[in-house]
Order: sequence, then C-alpha cells, then structure tokens
Amino acid sequence: MSDCEAASLRPLAPFVKIAADGKPYLEGWKCTACGEVLAVGGRRACPKCAAPGTLISIRLAEYGRLYTYTVVHRSMPGVATPFVAALVDLDGGGAIKGTLIGLDSAAIRFDMPLQVQFETLIATGENTARHVRHFFTASADGREAKG
Amino acid sequence: MSDVYVIGTDMIRFGRFPDRSVEDMGAEAALLALKDAELGIRDMQALYCGNMGEANRSVGQRIMQHLGQTGIPVVNTANACASGATAFREGWIAIKSGLYDLVLCVGVEQMGRGLLGAGASYAGVPTEGLVGSGTMPSMFASLGMEHTRKYGTTLEQFAKVSVKNHHHSTMNDKAMYRFETPIEQVMDAEMISYPLTKLMCSVNVDGAAAAIVCSERKMKQLGLMARAVRVRASILQSDPYTPHNLAMMDFNTVTRLAAGAAYEMAGVGPDDIELIELHDCFATAELMHYENLGICADGDAGALIDSGETRLGGRIPVNVSGGLLSKGHPLGATGIANIYEVATHVRREAGARQVPGARIGMTHVVGAGSSCAVHILEKA
Repeated sequence: MSDCEAASLRPLAPFVKIAADGKPYLEGWKCTACGEVLAVGGRRACPKCAAPGTLISIRLAEYGRLYTYTVVHRSMPGVATPFVAALVDLDGGGAIKGTLIGLDSAAIRFDMPLQVQFETLIATGENTARHVRHFFTASADGREAKG
Repeated sequence: MSDVYVIGTDMIRFGRFPDRSVEDMGAEAALLALKDAELGIRDMQALYCGNMGEANRSVGQRIMQHLGQTGIPVVNTANACASGATAFREGWIAIKSGLYDLVLCVGVEQMGRGLLGAGASYAGVPTEGLVGSGTMPSMFASLGMEHTRKYGTTLEQFAKVSVKNHHHSTMNDKAMYRFETPIEQVMDAEMISYPLTKLMCSVNVDGAAAAIVCSERKMKQLGLMARAVRVRASILQSDPYTPHNLAMMDFNTVTRLAAGAAYEMAGVGPDDIELIELHDCFATAELMHYENLGICADGDAGALIDSGETRLGGRIPVNVSGGLLSKGHPLGATGIANIYEVATHVRREAGARQVPGARIGMTHVVGAGSSCAVHILEKA
C-alpha cells in the first residue's frame, strides 16, 4: 500500500493507528514514572500518578482476556442487534472496548483468551473515507494469552 | 462554621410534560419549597440550579424570570446525573462558608425518550455496534456482568431490585409509575442489554425538585427548628484512576471514595443510616452500591436483596421513593428529589411509605464522566 493510501484510512478508535505500510496496530502509552500502561493516552500527565510529561508511546499487545461484556439487544435506531460489547484486558497492560464477534453468547466465558483483529470497512455512497475498526475474536491460533 | 439545614423542600410529580418549559417546572418546585419553609423569593440570597439538557442556556436565570427577578447571584451547575446534587452542594458550601444565610437550590430536567448515551462514536463517525456500545444500558449491563463475574450475581437478583422499587413507588404519589411488577414480568420484559430488561432501566421523565438551605443562626431566628433537617455530610468526588476507567466508567471506586468521606464528615457509619436513596439508574447499579456504600460486605449484595432487608420494613430500606427505576430519573432534578425524599422521612411526613422512626438517612447519586455526590441528613 502506498503512503497515500495508508493516510486515507480512518481508524474508529483513538488507540487504533495505521503504520506507514497501511497495517493497523494498537497504540498505547506507558508512564516512565509509575510504569502504568494506558490504552487511551496522548495526554499531558499520567492519570494514575499525575507526573507531567512522562507518557511514551508503545505498541499494545493484540491478545488479551475478556474482562466483562454484555449482549446488546436494543441499540440506537438502525444498528443491527444482537451484538456483544466487550471490555478486554490486553496482555501486558491496557484495556479496550470493542465488539466480540463469531461466538455464540452461550460460549462466552469471563477471562477467555481473545485476539484483536482489524478490518477496513468499505466506503458507501458519497462517503469516500475508508474506516478501520478493531474487533475481538476467540484466540484461535493456539497462542495463549498470558495472564 | 455554621451547621447547615434544609428548612424547606418539595418536588413536582415526575412525568412527561412535553408542553411545559424547564423554567416553569423549576419555578413550580421552587415555590413549593418556599411555601414549605413559609418564605418568599425575596428572602433568598442566591440560586443554585442543576440541569443538563439546557446547560448552556442559563436555566437558573430563566427560573428567576418566573419567580421574581430579585437580582440575586445565580449559579448553573451541569454535572451529568449529579447536576442537582452538585447544585445542592454549592448551596451548602455557600451557607457553610458564612457568605449567605438562605439560598435556594433547584434541580430540573426535561428529557426525551429512548436510550441515553447516544451510542458509541469516534471523530464524529457513529461506531455503535462496530466498536462495542456507548449506550447507558450497555454500560450498566457490563458493570452488572462485572459483579456477576466477581460474585456470581444472577439476573433474578438484579430483577428483584426492580420488583422492590416498583412496589415502593405505589406508595409515592410523586412517582411517575405506581404499579407492581412481579418478578416474572420484570424478567420477561424486553431484553435491552443483558442482564437488563426494559423494567430494569430507569424511566426518562420530566421533573423538578427544590430545597431551601439555611444557616443555623437564621433557622433559629425564623423559628423553624421543628421541621429543620441538618446536613451532616455533603461530599462530591470525581473518579480516581483505575486500570479500567478510561475504557469503561467506574462508578464503584468514586462511590466508595465519596461514601467514606461522607461517613467521616458525619461521624457515623453504615449501621447508623436508617434509609438510603441511591442511584438505581439501572437495577444492576443498586446492588453494586449496596457494597460501595458499605451496607453489606463485598459480594453480599445478592444475598442482601434476597433477604428483603432493603425493602420498606427491612433493616435498611433503599429507594422507598420508588427510586430512579419507578419514580423516574430527570437528570438534573434527581439529586434534589433524593434530598426531598430523605428529608420527608426524617420529618416523619412520608405517609404510607414512612420508614418507621427514621432520624438519619443518606442520598447518593453518580454522574457519568464521572462523579459521585453523597449527603447525610438528620432530623435537627
């Protein structure tokens, strides 16, 4: 992918970034004073220890474990339901929300290992922006999430 | 510093009033509270007004235009669902500081229908469903599932909160809804966001409530001791950092912080509290807050609702007004309506729903964003 094409991709979450080669990744922040890892960063001081100017950009793991979730049956008008809204603790720190797909609700277990995946949503109509979203699936490739 | 007293308080019946204005509802509640204190707007030295929906449109000043434009300072507070409690606390601070002797606090809201929270979005693009959910029911459903994760709390236990609070509201002529909801009806209602059915979500209503806050000196001078209610604690906190709160609002930690500070300020403990109006915006929240407010040990909230001890007649009645679930939840009005409810009980004026012998009670609200306000009120 050219740099121009990568630049035209618009992430749908503040922690999703597009590398120069067009590949999405999760950006996090680590506090050099207290060591805390944040998934939503880019701020002037560490929200945990209040030290100013100590957050450095890092890449977050794309594996983690399911902390909590809900099966959404009624959402905003026009949004297809049901879907599973999940909060996931990433390996190595940081927690992010997203949609969990590909699992029957009866198969969902707290702490189950999950994987973060990305997809580019096809632009429709006059909307020429190509959006990139992250979502969660069961960790299928045998790679175990580390506690 | 002076002790601070509520010497007048009232609320309008919550309901759907699309043809009324925010200032008209707020002015009606204010006049009711002034009448309760046998005072007039010319006796008030300041107005503190809580509202969310029209927070950029000087709601307090518009209320004064309906009450009499006496030129007093007006402070408008917007703090999500804690807007009304924040306005009340600003009034408390003003009296506590000695700046004023008599102030008016009003909370008012006109709500639309439907799910609050507007759905998830990022950079102006709707992401609801694509990137989780941003609705309030989904958030409080996830928080309830966190409780289930830790303690095995069941849908039936969450549903019992709705059964109880709807039952309580049958005794409150100021509640939006006044009907019983048997457990089967609650559990079989439309599933909104698991484990929350529609009857486990609070009602969007319009409403207003008001309180007259007064110094001890002025209260005695006016001879209003017989019905005065002392504010033993007034606490507001914002959410401290927790590893999850940047991704999902954490109303537990902020409530524990506020409750601990309130007990310390009042010099009492959870065992001294005889009724609680707490923020049951969703049925899951009530069980979380049993533990956060210390009326049971961590993990025992399910057993506490099962025991019936939080019903009227139980050890510690919770939300005898019907709560947000059935009385209704007009955001800016809720915090002051809670003050009205507890004050009415410690004044022994609550009629059929009176908590027998109540002398001291607690109010609690949380606001998305997040914040928590806790007040402890005692009969003077």
